[in-house]
Amino acid sequence: MTPNPYLWVVPILPLAGAAINGFFGRRSSKTAISAVALVFCGAAFAMALFLAASFSAAAAPYYFDLAHWIRSGDFQVDFSFYLDQLSLVMLLVVTGVGFLIHIYSVGYMWDDDGYYRFMSYLNLFMFFMLTLVLAKNYLVMFIGWEGVGLASYLLIGFWFTKDSAAAAGKKAFIVNRIGDFGFLIALFLMIKHFGSLDFTHVFAAAQSLPAETAGAGTLTAIGLLLMVGAAGKSAQIPLYVWLPDAMEGPTPVSALIHAATMVTAGVYMVARSSAIFDRAPMAMMVVAIIGTLTALFAATIGIAQTDIKKVLAYSTVSQLGYMFMACGVGAFSAGIFHLMTHAFFKGLLFLAAGSVIHGVGGEQDMRKMGGLRVYMPWTFATMGIATLAIAGIPPLAGFWSKDEILWKAFNASWVYWLIGVVTAFITSFYMFRLMYMTFGGEYRGAAGQDAHGHVAHGHDDHGKGHGEPHESPWVMLGPLVILAVLSAFGGFVGYGNRFEHFLAPVFQQGAEVAAQGTSPEAVKSIEYLLMGISVGVAGLGWFLAYLLYSRRPQLPARIAASLGGLYQAVSHKYYIDELYAVLFVKPLIDGSTTILWHGIDQGVIDAAVNDSADAARHVSDTARHMQSGNLRSYAGWVAAGAAVVIAYMVWMGVQ
Amino acid sequence: MVPLSYYLLLSGILFVCGVLGFLIKRNIITIFMSIELMLNGVNLSFVAFAAHWHALSGQVFVFFVMVVAAAEAAVGLAIIIAVYRTRETLNVDQVNLLKL
Repeated sequence: MTPNPYLWVVPILPLAGAAINGFFGRRSSKTAISAVALVFCGAAFAMALFLAASFSAAAAPYYFDLAHWIRSGDFQVDFSFYLDQLSLVMLLVVTGVGFLIHIYSVGYMWDDDGYYRFMSYLNLFMFFMLTLVLAKNYLVMFIGWEGVGLASYLLIGFWFTKDSAAAAGKKAFIVNRIGDFGFLIALFLMIKHFGSLDFTHVFAAAQSLPAETAGAGTLTAIGLLLMVGAAGKSAQIPLYVWLPDAMEGPTPVSALIHAATMVTAGVYMVARSSAIFDRAPMAMMVVAIIGTLTALFAATIGIAQTDIKKVLAYSTVSQLGYMFMACGVGAFSAGIFHLMTHAFFKGLLFLAAGSVIHGVGGEQDMRKMGGLRVYMPWTFATMGIATLAIAGIPPLAGFWSKDEILWKAFNASWVYWLIGVVTAFITSFYMFRLMYMTFGGEYRGAAGQDAHGHVAHGHDDHGKGHGEPHESPWVMLGPLVILAVLSAFGGFVGYGNRFEHFLAPVFQQGAEVAAQGTSPEAVKSIEYLLMGISVGVAGLGWFLAYLLYSRRPQLPARIAASLGGLYQAVSHKYYIDELYAVLFVKPLIDGSTTILWHGIDQGVIDAAVNDSADAARHVSDTARHMQSGNLRSYAGWVAAGAAVVIAYMVWMGVQ
Repeated sequence: MVPLSYYLLLSGILFVCGVLGFLIKRNIITIFMSIELMLNGVNLSFVAFAAHWHALSGQVFVFFVMVVAAAEAAVGLAIIIAVYRTRETLNVDQVNLLKL
C-alpha cells in the first residue's frame, strides 16, 4: 500500500468542467464550452496516463485518503481512493474512450440547443464514473454507482421534450433502483458481518472464512445481492429491459455510457469483489448462468431488430453477458479483458452508427439505409473493423478476449462454452447483417422527400435539405479512426496471457482456480481446436449474413414469413416488456391506485385529518350553545363555577 | 358581645339571597339590587372579621367596596336607562342579542 496524492485529482477534474459548463455554459460560446469540456476531460486522461506511467506492480496498490466521512464507533468510512491493476485498466478505458467520445460529441452535438448542458452532463458522468472506479470502499463506489445512474438518466432524457425519451430515462432510473436495492442490502450485510466497507478489510475478512461449498451462507447472500446490483447496472436478465430503451439518448451517450463504460460497472464491481465470490461458489454459478443466458437471449433479439442502435444495444447486453459468464467461471481477468476490448469496438460501433445517423439526417431504420459505403467510406471502414472485432475474427481485439472467455468457460463446463459459441455465431450474423443493410446494396432512403422529416428522432438537423448521405466532419471521424486502431490491435495486450498476469495480483484466487487444468500439451491442442471452432462459427455467421442480406435480399422476408410466430416473438423482443407490464407495472399501478392512494392516503390519512376537523366542529357546535345571550344563564354558570371552587376549597380545608 | 359566627351566618344568608335573586329575577333593576345585596353581605363579613381581629384592613376594604359599588351603580344605572330606551323593556330574557 503506497499513498499517492494524485489519485483524487482524476475525478475532480471532470467535476470542475461540469460545474463550469453547467453554471456558465448558457452564456458562453460553443467554442468556449467545447474547450472547457475537452480540456478538463483531457486533463483527466493525461492524469490517468501519468498514473499509469508511474505505476509499479511492486508499489501497488496505491491509495489516498482525501477526507473523513463517517465515524461511528468502530465503523469508519472515508473519502478514499484506491488504485490497483484492475482500477488502472478501468481508469484508462474510462478516461481514454471517454475523451475520444467527448471529441466526437463536439461534432455530433454542435447544432443542438442544449449543447452546454450535454457537455456538462458528459463531464459529470466522467466524474462519477471515475469515483466509482477509483473508490477504496464500497460506499464511495456506491456514490459513483448512483451518480452514473443519475448522469445516465439525465442523458437518456436529454431530449426531454420527447415523451419516449423522458419515459426511457425514467425506466432506466427505476430499473437501476431495483438493482441498487440489492447492492445496498449487500453493503448492509457487509457492515453487519465485517464491520467495514473498506475493500482491503472486507476482502481480508472474506478470505478468512471457509468457502461456502455446502450451503448458502452470508458470503453467498452478499454475492447474490451484489449480482442483483450488477444485473441492474449492467443490463443482465432480468433487469436488462432498460438498456435498449436507453437508446433514446444521443448516440455519443449510447457509446460512452450504455456501451463502453457505465454498463460495465457491474462487471467491474463483480470482479472487484472476486474475493467474496471466490468464497461463494453458488453465487459464482448464478453469475455464470445469468451471464450465459443473457448473452444468448439478447443476441437472438438482436437478429430481428431494424433500428441500427437497437441492434447495437442488444449486442451490448449480449456482450455484457459474456463478461459475466467469464466472472462466473472465475476468469475475472478474461472478463475485464473483454470489458476493455468491448469498450473499444462497441464504443466505435456506436460512434460509427452515430456517424451514419448523422449522415442520413437522423434516420435510424436500417431498412432505409443501404449503399452508404460509397457516401461515407471512413465510417464504413472503421465500422467494418469494429464488426470484424466483435465477430471475433482474428487478429482483432474481440477475437482475443472472446476466445479467452470461451476457453475459460469450457474449462468450467462445456455447456457454457456451447452457448457461448452459439452466441458468437449469432453475434457475427447480426453484426454483418447490420453492415450489409447499412453499407451494402443501394441507398434505400428516399432522397429529398423523406430523409429530412426526422426531427422526431431528436437528432440534430442541419436545417437544410438532406438530399444525399454525406460523410461526417473530421472531428467525428478522428475518434473513429483511433478507436478502430485500438479495436484492431488492442487485443494484443492479451497475447501470451500478459493481461492476465498483469491483473493476477488482484485476482490471486481466481488465477489459481483457472490454473488448475489438465497437462499443458493436451490443453494447448484443445484450446486451438476451440479457437478454430469459434472463428469458424464467426465466419459462418458472416457468410449467412452475406447470403441473406447481400446475395438474396428477398430471402429474409420469406424466412420470417415461414417462421411466423417465432419471428414475431423475436422481433417483439419476446414480449418481455409486455410481460413486465402485466406482471409488475400494472399490479404496481393498480395497487398504488386502489390500496395506497384510495385506501391509505385517502382512506386513512386524509380521513383522519378530515374526521378530526369534523369532530372538533361538532364539539364546538354543541359547546357554542352555552353562549345563549341569556344573562341569567351566564349568571347560573358563574354561580355554579363559584360553588365548585368553594366546594373544592372547603374540601381541601377539611383535609 | 355578639359572636362572630352570627355575623358570618347573616353575611352568608345575605349573599345567598343576592345570588338567588340574581338568578331568579328577570327585572334588571332587581338584579342590580341583588348584586348590591351580595356586595353588602361580603361587606358585613369584612367588618365582622375586622372587629373580631381588631384589624383595620377589613374596614378599609369595605370602603373600597362601597366606592366601587357606587361607581358601578352610576355606570350600571346609565346602562339600564340606555337599554330601556332602545329595547323598551327591562326583562333580561329579552336582552339576549350577545350570542353566537
